[in-house]
Amino acid sequence: MTVDKSILDEARKLLAPRIHDLSRRKFLVRSLTLGGVAMLSGCNISDDKHVESALAGMSRFNDRVQGWLFDPKALAPVYDEAMITRPFPFNAFYGEDEAPSVEAASYRLEVTGLVADKRSWRLEELRAMAQVDQITRHICVEGWSAIGRWGGVRFSDFLQRVGADTSARFVGFKCADDYYTSIDMATALHPQTLLALTYDGQTLPRQYGFPMKLRMPTKLGYKNPKHIQAIFVTNTYPGGYWEDQGYNWFGGS
Amino acid sequence: MARTATLQRYSSHPGWLRLTHWLNALAVLVMVTSGWRIFNASPFFDFSFPAALTLGGWLGGALQWHFAGMWLLFLNGVLYLMLNIATGRLFTRFFPLSPRGVLRDLSTALRGKLAHDDLSHYNQVQRLAYLFAIVDVALLIMSGLVLWKSVQFGLLRELLGGYEAARRVHFIAMALLMAFVAVHLVMVAVVPRTLLLMITGKGGKAS
Repeated sequence: MTVDKSILDEARKLLAPRIHDLSRRKFLVRSLTLGGVAMLSGCNISDDKHVESALAGMSRFNDRVQGWLFDPKALAPVYDEAMITRPFPFNAFYGEDEAPSVEAASYRLEVTGLVADKRSWRLEELRAMAQVDQITRHICVEGWSAIGRWGGVRFSDFLQRVGADTSARFVGFKCADDYYTSIDMATALHPQTLLALTYDGQTLPRQYGFPMKLRMPTKLGYKNPKHIQAIFVTNTYPGGYWEDQGYNWFGGS
Repeated sequence: MARTATLQRYSSHPGWLRLTHWLNALAVLVMVTSGWRIFNASPFFDFSFPAALTLGGWLGGALQWHFAGMWLLFLNGVLYLMLNIATGRLFTRFFPLSPRGVLRDLSTALRGKLAHDDLSHYNQVQRLAYLFAIVDVALLIMSGLVLWKSVQFGLLRELLGGYEAARRVHFIAMALLMAFVAVHLVMVAVVPRTLLLMITGKGGKAS
């Protein structure tokens, strides 16, 4: 799950009273929607270059601290079916009707980088692997949380199957909605990290990331990419859509 | 030489105290204003904080400030507590403390008859208020740890009643701290000498 409709809502609320000309407002709202919402207020201490780089430095320091705090055996809590949030909220950097439609038959998952087996995967092959199901809490960077049920392939099984170099630092993802992100190898190998193919017992619906999303209850929503088309293992920091705009890269709970 | 040492030992606001006080004030300012912006991203009460009072410009910026400021709040808080305990100041200044004493000093204060000639002596309302602020900041840090890393701090998460409960605890502890700050600032305005004392360390006793 990605982004933050309410950041945009916040931006809209902020701008709406100031802009009377409707066409200008439309243009501005669109450019905000497209271009990352950063730097809304004109004069701000956060805009100062030194402050900006100091804060970015602290964020990288916090990445390291979180990597050090991360216990590969600590499990996120699991919940009863009765506690599932219904309907589970849609969240992305675009509207629900704009979620991409991926064709199941022609879908191929690309696997590249530091892996032994670089062949592409068809959906049936992923479905043929051992499946696990879990009910966990999804926590958004905005603060809200919702409980959902995801099922699919344990990502560590998948990485093992493709002969990934698990001593590499990063696993990166590229998605059909042009989203991209990356995670640390320790989280990739966590037992609750899933290549999710189902939601609530059904094939993963389009709005939740068909045909496949990465589901990690140990990370915030924006670290969980949907509509994954390519996975790569690397030692070169790949960044991410929101991370490149200032969200913390580790983004873990 | 000996005299200086004696004076320092009994100085009510030694340098470390003044330093940690002002660093704490800065940390609280950063944490609260950036925290309000984070709250605004997904308010669980039916209001938002005015954007002009918040820090960070957008959610990502506010989070950067918040997760940088937390180190100052935490490290400075630990330093303050350690020195406060090691010097014995915590026990000599803040105790004894009793409900009866608090009520007595509160009633004296409300009648406007509280003595301020010796600022190194805390009345029992002050003792309670300052101890409350210490405990409340500790609660803010603990609930904040749960919000930041709810899986890694699992025990703390369960003690606070889960992730969503920790959000409320974090908010309410912030609101209580703001109430403390409001009263604190009013009291400084009533007895301005205390501000001078917290800056220079001098003027504790009225001559």
